[in-house]
Amino acid sequence: MPFDWRQIWEVASAPDNVPIVALLFLAPFYMWYALRQGIANDKLIAILESDAQAAKTKYRKTQEWDPKWEREVHTWPYLMRMEFLVAILVTVLLMAWSLTLNAPLEEPANPNVTMNPAKAPWYFLGLQEMLVYFDPWIAGVVMPTLIIVGLMVIPYIDSNPLGNGYYTYKQRRFSIWTFLVGFIGLWVLMIVIGTFIRGPGWMWFWPGQTWDAERVDYAVNRNLDQVFGIDGSWLAPIFHTTKDQAAIWARAIFGIFPLVIFFIVAAILVHWVCTRTEFSKKIYKRMSLLQLVTMYTFLILMLSLPIKILLRLVFTIKYIWVTPWFSI
Amino acid sequence: MPEENGDGKSKTGVLEKAKDSAAALRETLTEKAKQQATELKEPEKTQLYRSIFRVKHDEEPRNRALSVLSNVFFHLHPAKVNRDATKYNFTWGMGGITFYLFIVLTFTGVLLMFYYHPSKIQAFRDILYLENDVPFGKLLRNMHRWAAHLMIIAVWLHMFRVFMTGSYKRPREFNWCVGVLLMVLTMLLSFTGYLLPDDQLGFWAVTVGTNMARATPLLGNEGPGGPQMGMTPYNDVRFALLGGSIVDANALLRAYIWHCIAIPLIVAIFLGVHFWRVRKDGGISGPAPVMLESEIKEERSPRPVILRPSGMG
Repeated sequence: MPFDWRQIWEVASAPDNVPIVALLFLAPFYMWYALRQGIANDKLIAILESDAQAAKTKYRKTQEWDPKWEREVHTWPYLMRMEFLVAILVTVLLMAWSLTLNAPLEEPANPNVTMNPAKAPWYFLGLQEMLVYFDPWIAGVVMPTLIIVGLMVIPYIDSNPLGNGYYTYKQRRFSIWTFLVGFIGLWVLMIVIGTFIRGPGWMWFWPGQTWDAERVDYAVNRNLDQVFGIDGSWLAPIFHTTKDQAAIWARAIFGIFPLVIFFIVAAILVHWVCTRTEFSKKIYKRMSLLQLVTMYTFLILMLSLPIKILLRLVFTIKYIWVTPWFSI
Repeated sequence: MPEENGDGKSKTGVLEKAKDSAAALRETLTEKAKQQATELKEPEKTQLYRSIFRVKHDEEPRNRALSVLSNVFFHLHPAKVNRDATKYNFTWGMGGITFYLFIVLTFTGVLLMFYYHPSKIQAFRDILYLENDVPFGKLLRNMHRWAAHLMIIAVWLHMFRVFMTGSYKRPREFNWCVGVLLMVLTMLLSFTGYLLPDDQLGFWAVTVGTNMARATPLLGNEGPGGPQMGMTPYNDVRFALLGGSIVDANALLRAYIWHCIAIPLIVAIFLGVHFWRVRKDGGISGPAPVMLESEIKEERSPRPVILRPSGMG
């Protein structure tokens, strides 16, 4: 099949997708911008750490500094002129954007005509993409709750006192990596997949493939117990139940094992990462038990997401744990 | 006045007096007018001006501080700030841009409300009317739409910046939490607005979104434990969100009220708390002098409570 540029243009130029196209540039730019300042500060820190005399006398910022200058300046005009300037620039940008691109308006709402693909607004496409990997109660309810609570506990579990109020990379390697994986990898990237990769029927279309609504994806997904060929029907006579009942119970009990194994392996992995360097060990010792348990729980749950994506996309496994009430 | 009528002499005296005083008045009036006209060249000395602005706007340090402190809008700021914080590179201005976009959205949103009825019969027609017949209606709707998208990006980048500068660390932990809630509210604001044009795009986006509520554990009719809790499509959490079992007239009205009244009010309250805490937690976090590993102090247990004096922050 020829590379379908038109399809790419159609998706990228849809007015409602402009923010994501913008984010494709803005997110890497600001990531670079933050890390660049972090690395500049790290160089300064390296100098100060190697030279005790400099640590006492040298100005501890990368910003320009002259002893004659005052440390604080008047808000009016030095800060507020910047604010007014930015407000004007944003207004101009918004005007230009609004004059050149029209807000989308489709046909009147019609419950009888399904949109294909029916997509949530772009900022929720990450959650919609998770629907592929988890049942709706996890993807739509538990995950968002965990994200919100997880973000809110960050200040209470990060017991590293360094890097408060300045950009740095070396002093906060672990927390910065965690946040980048979460924000860029699991949030922005999922939105990008949901926007550019997922076509009609929420099927996977590589860039350049035509979004063919007629395409049929043969579902070959299996549950983990099927991969292992778990068949509990031989238990039926022992427990005096039907073969089907016994099979359901066997599946439900089997599913607990991979989950427990995941939690143990993930906990060991998280622990290894958290205590890898001397500095990490020092921070680790400062944490209370409650902080540790909270941090490990959220990190393990966060890790479960890429694991499930991998299992689904590469190994075509749907559920790990199947019970009569819910499946994971 | 019978007495005066009998005295003709005093009558002419009054007339002359009046003429004299009229001439005098003419002279002083022109002089006063001239004088007051020249005074207008310095409007900042007039009573009117002083009643509004109260302080001189010159380069005196005292007056620069007062012009911030004595203005209800500007006094969100401290009188003085860290000199390096006024540069773009530390804050990226994302928090300010978010707030400015919130104001733009309130303004354009109120204008849009003049042309919109939240009813199934009129909603879509109102949008057509707005786009085709209302002067600048299309521009108004476009600005509202794109400002909303821009606000979400600005909120995310603001959070990203606050994380990368470690600004959520003590003593700003609580304000980070308020910020997380504001971010969630921003996305909910945008989401509730999505349904209002009552077109296919909004309808199916909201259908997809609220269908997930069906699966809420315990509270949704398809969620784990839901049926055991007695949940049906007619009493579960999705029903509460939509005001019905399908996305229809009640859902439109609910989205409208959440979008235009309830969430903006909640956001305004949280914004107040957010800004207040920025000041009370010691102002903007940096750019702070770097700290060295050797300077980490032992954690004291229990941690001392940090009490800061109110005011200049």
